This record gives sequence, C-alpha cells and structure tokens, in this order.
Amino acid sequence: MKASVFFGAMTVAGLASVAASAATLDDVKARGTLNCGVTTGLAGFSTPDANGVWEGFDVAMCRAVAAAVLGDPTAVEFVPTTASTRFTALASGEVDMLSRVTTWTFSRDVDLKFEFTGTTYYDGQGFIVLRELGVTSAKELSGATVCIRTGTTTELNLAEFFRINNMEYEPVPVETNSEAQQQYLAGACDAYTTDASGLAATRASFENPGDHVILPEIISKEPLGPLVRHGDNDWGDVVRWTVNALLTAEELGVTSANVEQLAADGSDNPEVNRLLGTDSDLGAMLGLESDWAVNAILAGGNYGEIFEANIGESTPIGLARGLNALWTEGGLLYSPPFR
Amino acid sequence: MSAISEPQAEGFRLSQLIYDTRYRSITIQTVALILIVAGVWWLVSNTIQNLEALGRDFDFGFLGQPAGYDINQLLIEYDSQSTHGRAAVVGILNTLLVAFIGCITATVIGTIAGVLRLSKNWIVARLVAVYVEGFRNVPLLLWIVLIFAIVSESTPHPRDFAGGEASMLFNSIAITRQGTWTPAPVWGDGSLALVIIFILSIVAIIGFRMFARRRQEATGEILPVLWISLGLLILPSLIAYFILGGPVTLDYPETGRFRFEGGLLVRNSLIALWLALSLYTGSFIAENVRGGILAVSGGQTEAASALGLRPGRTMNLVVLPQAMRVIVPPLISQYLNLTKNSSLAIAVGYMDARATLGGITINQTGRELEGMLLLGLFYLIVSLAIASVGNFYNASVKLKER
Repeated sequence: MKASVFFGAMTVAGLASVAASAATLDDVKARGTLNCGVTTGLAGFSTPDANGVWEGFDVAMCRAVAAAVLGDPTAVEFVPTTASTRFTALASGEVDMLSRVTTWTFSRDVDLKFEFTGTTYYDGQGFIVLRELGVTSAKELSGATVCIRTGTTTELNLAEFFRINNMEYEPVPVETNSEAQQQYLAGACDAYTTDASGLAATRASFENPGDHVILPEIISKEPLGPLVRHGDNDWGDVVRWTVNALLTAEELGVTSANVEQLAADGSDNPEVNRLLGTDSDLGAMLGLESDWAVNAILAGGNYGEIFEANIGESTPIGLARGLNALWTEGGLLYSPPFR
Repeated sequence: MSAISEPQAEGFRLSQLIYDTRYRSITIQTVALILIVAGVWWLVSNTIQNLEALGRDFDFGFLGQPAGYDINQLLIEYDSQSTHGRAAVVGILNTLLVAFIGCITATVIGTIAGVLRLSKNWIVARLVAVYVEGFRNVPLLLWIVLIFAIVSESTPHPRDFAGGEASMLFNSIAITRQGTWTPAPVWGDGSLALVIIFILSIVAIIGFRMFARRRQEATGEILPVLWISLGLLILPSLIAYFILGGPVTLDYPETGRFRFEGGLLVRNSLIALWLALSLYTGSFIAENVRGGILAVSGGQTEAASALGLRPGRTMNLVVLPQAMRVIVPPLISQYLNLTKNSSLAIAVGYMDARATLGGITINQTGRELEGMLLLGLFYLIVSLAIASVGNFYNASVKLKER
C-alpha cells in the first residue's frame, strides 16, 4: 500500500517534469485542446453559463488563442484557479496559459519566471461600500474593516494605501470573489477592495446594486493580461500576437461579420491582407496556419466586439472603454504593426 | 555406533538470502532500503531538474524581505513593512494560540461529555450521544464554516450599537458580526509589582501543597488544601491591587465611525475556529474518556468503598489514576490532530501559519517549495513537542512494575 502510493507520487512527478519541459505549441497541437487557466467565477470575465459553458472577456481570449492554433474556438479545456493556485498551475504545466485578471508586475515577470503577453485590460484598484455609510472617498475609510482577496497585488496596494495616508484598517482575508461577496453582504466587512472592473462585475450580481457605491479613488495600476511560462518564446509569441491581432482587427475595422469576406476577396489595405494571411504568410512564421488570425477573430470578434459583448456598457457589468479604448481613440491599447 | 553427525558445514550460498529465515528479513530490509533511497534520490533530483528547467533557484532569502501585507490578529508587533519571516512568526503564534486554547476546551468538553455519556439518566446519556456522533461523523471543515456563519450572521452589526438597535452586555461586551469586543486591561504604573506578587502567590501555593502532602504522609492529618490555595491565589493580589492604587484599569470599547474603537477584539474567525476545533476534538476525547472509565473494573470502586473511601476520593484516588493510563495515549494523538486541523483556519480567514507563511507569503514571493517545506517543518516540530510532553506525562502515570 505504502509502496504503491509512493510510486504513484513518483509517476505524477515524472509526468509533471515532462509537461513543463516540452514546447507548449507542439503539446497543444498534439493534444488537440488548449488548457487555459481562468478564475473560479467572476461575472463578465470568466464564468460558466447556465449550460456550464465558460464565457466572458478572459474566456474569449482563451478561445481566440485556441482558434488561432487549432482552428476551433471550442477546443479549450478551462481550468478554474484561485488567486493562490494560479501560478503553481501555470508553472507546473497544468495549464498552457493563464487568462484570469492577473496583474503584470515586475516580480511575477522576472522572479516567478512568467511572460506576460500584453495587456488586455488596463485596470486599477477601487473600493465598494454601502451607500448608507455615507462614505464618499477612500480617504474616509480610516478604521474600517476591509475584505481583501489573499495572494493578490491588491492586498499589497491596500496595505500601502493605508500606510501612506496614515490610516488604520482591519483586513479580512478571503480566498475567492464569491466568498468576499458573501462576507461583504453579511456585514463582516465595511468595504471590499479589488480591481475596479471586478467591483463593477461583483456589484452587477448584487440583488440591489444601487445600495452600493464604488468610491472614486483608483489606488493602483493593474494592467491585466494573459501570461505563459518564461522561456518558451515560440508559445509566448503565439499568445502575444493573437491578442495583437484582435487589437489590430479593431483598429482596421475587421470584425467577425466581415472577416471571412475580407479574407476571401482581399482588401485594398495591405495590412489587412497581411493580418488575414491573404498576401504574406505571417502564420507560418508563428508555426500556425495562414488563416490563424481569421479564426481568432471569428472566435469572438475583434477586441472591441469581445469587450462590448462581455463587459461593455450594454452588459450588466457596464464598463466604459476609458483607458481600454484604442490609441486612436484616446485609450492606451496599441498593437505593434503586422509587418 | 556412529553418533548423529554434525550438519555439514556448508559454504554460504546466495539462495540462502531468500530461503534461509536467518537471512531473509535482512535481505528484504536491504532491498526496501535501497528502493526507498533510490526513490527519494529520484524525487529530489527530479525537483532539482524541474527547478532548473524553469530557471528557478532554491533560496530562503525571501524571509528577510518586506512582506508588504497586513495581518489582522497580531500577538507581536508587525506592520506591512516587516519581513516575511516575521509574518511567518505572527502566523505561527496564531496557530499556537488557537491550538492551545482549543486543546484546553476540547479536554474540558470531552471529559464532561465522556462522563455524562455514562450517566444513568437516559435523556442526558442520549443527548451526549447525539453530540458525540454528530460531531465525530461530519467533516471538521463543515463545522468551522457553519459555526462561522452562525456567529457572523445571527449577531448584530457594530453600527447597530451606535444606533441603539443593539446593546452591549453589562455595558462592556459587544457581540457583533465582526467579532466580540471586551474591555482590555491597561497596564499602568506598578502593574509589574502586581504581576510579580501574583506569580509569587502561585509559587506559594505549590510550596504549600508540597508541605500539606508531606504532613499528610507523616501524620495522616488532612489540611483544607483547596480553600487555602484559593485564598493564596486571590487575596495577596487583591490587597496589593488596592495598596498600589489600582494600577490596572479597563479600556472599554466605544462605538466609532465604522465599528468599536478601543477594547479587546476577539475576531469571529478565532471564535469559530476555536469552537469548531474544541467541539469536534471534544467528541473524540469524550469517547476516549468513556473507554478509559469503563476499562477500570467495577470491583475497584467497590473495594474502595469497602475501605470507607468517599465517592469523590474513590474517583480521584482509585478510578481516575487507572483510567488515565488508558485515556492519555489516545488523548495525545487528539491534541496532535487538533493542532494540525487548525490549518483549516483559512476557510474563515484566520491568519495562522498556513495563511501567512503557507498562503500569502508563498503567493507574493512564488516560493512554494521553500514555504511548504518550512511549514511542514513547523508542524512536525510542534507535533513532536506535543507528543514528547504527552509521552513524558504518560510515563509518569503508567503502571510502575517493580
């Protein structure tokens, strides 16, 4: 009995070592599915619908990558991860990429040996409180109890914000967003803090969203984006340029509605032709089919379409584009050229 | 006549290693040892290889870096600029705190429940049976979460006290959904003298008990030990308190902007974890106690009363010392269980060693391997310490054969 457990553990360790060392792109192609790490449930970003099908902004990024690599946006195995299990899941090879509202920071990039493949959402940390408390600014929160997700950058920002402003607070650590929501609604904490997009998503799922107010202060920079393991540059390129393709598609006016026609007939704009693989074969350079970008855009539309469908102003989340507009429209999103 | 000849001295053959019972066990042990060493070596080298493949090193330097996060329950000074090492110590102390108070209450609950389950009163015995079976057979995590939900959802919000919708017990204790606020002692000038006097009176009690014991052995006279001990415990400190002019005052909690300010806050996470651990482990201890008492044969009680011992003394001098021999070994393992089970604390956000060192620190630094090894080492040391103390006590009460 003991021996069998022992050898079982050895086998598992052996498999993990294989998974972590091989080229991810070949693995994904051989497997036929993409393993994508998402949250355990955050409305608008990654959450399973009534039929158990994952949907949301982060999920759409996974589907775009799967479509680019495998030609099939449904060939994704979604792996729910918490803030504390996500990096282990990625480092061990359990998932090929993480797309779960993860902030790009120096230490995660350099010390934890991950590679962020661009920013898909420029976020910042905010606070939500009960309207009846009459708090209008985060600077008035001295002495408050604050619910905070453990293992996140927000935890560190919170400590710094209160320290800089010389205020006292009591942190109530929680593991997941739903747990935080329950604690906050039960009154175990006066305020809940996380990325402003997450607050909007959380408030949208409350019974009476109007009873809660998101304070105006944004206390940190939270560039969120997908990430892969450091050192597998080919795979990093695939994810990075898939995201860039979605951004460029919006910039060039390529949508899920017209992409097939543009790919078939060609366009007057050479960059559209390069992007869609009708002119030159950028796909082959990535180790993909020439219509990789067409598939990626067909999966959920270009960046703007994905944003509007999942978290935009027409959805219950109701986020404005703000910083997440294209650079041509006053935002920060800017893709390097396809050339 | 040829005598029975000596068996021929044969040379050692390899097959003897398997078929000769003299060598077989050594062979098996050697093979097992080689396999285990090879397996451990393989695991370690695999880990090293994997770390190399990921470009990661193995380094405990992170313990000296600033932690950057805040912890709500602090037994020693700590702020967000303290090191990860200090955060780990804060967590370790929190673990030890809940394990310590948990072990005490579990023992009290378990002893009472164990005795009551043997009660001749049908209702009492059955009620205790329901408690024991209910807690023993439902996972601890569920009890922790359930008790946390009860204490945090059935109690008023701190703000309700300001609005007059809820009031404090004795004007000083507030039970709220964020925790229970009680008055906190403020140690003024002269409190050190008070503490020294209190410690001295405890020393005096121990001395008096030794004296009373020797006197009883010499003369057979029994002194009223309990009353004199109680008097020694309370009176000197009480008199000193008034002579010194009341150096220790109480800081009462007052309603603030969001919650109470001042006073001592016992968080619901601690209360829920403490209660759940005590009730859960108490149900196991109850069975140990019941088994221990049943293991002492009824003849012992009868013999004691035949000698004229009163029931209380029969219990203290005859039944319990014998029952302890049966109770103590499994009791130690229950203490170990309780200490290790306290690592479920993160379910209610109690900041124990698992939550600081094994949770947030690992997350913020990415040092899973180092952090988990340290955490494992900590639990190992604590468990071994509890076990050795328990074994020492067990050796002192066990049957002494001469």
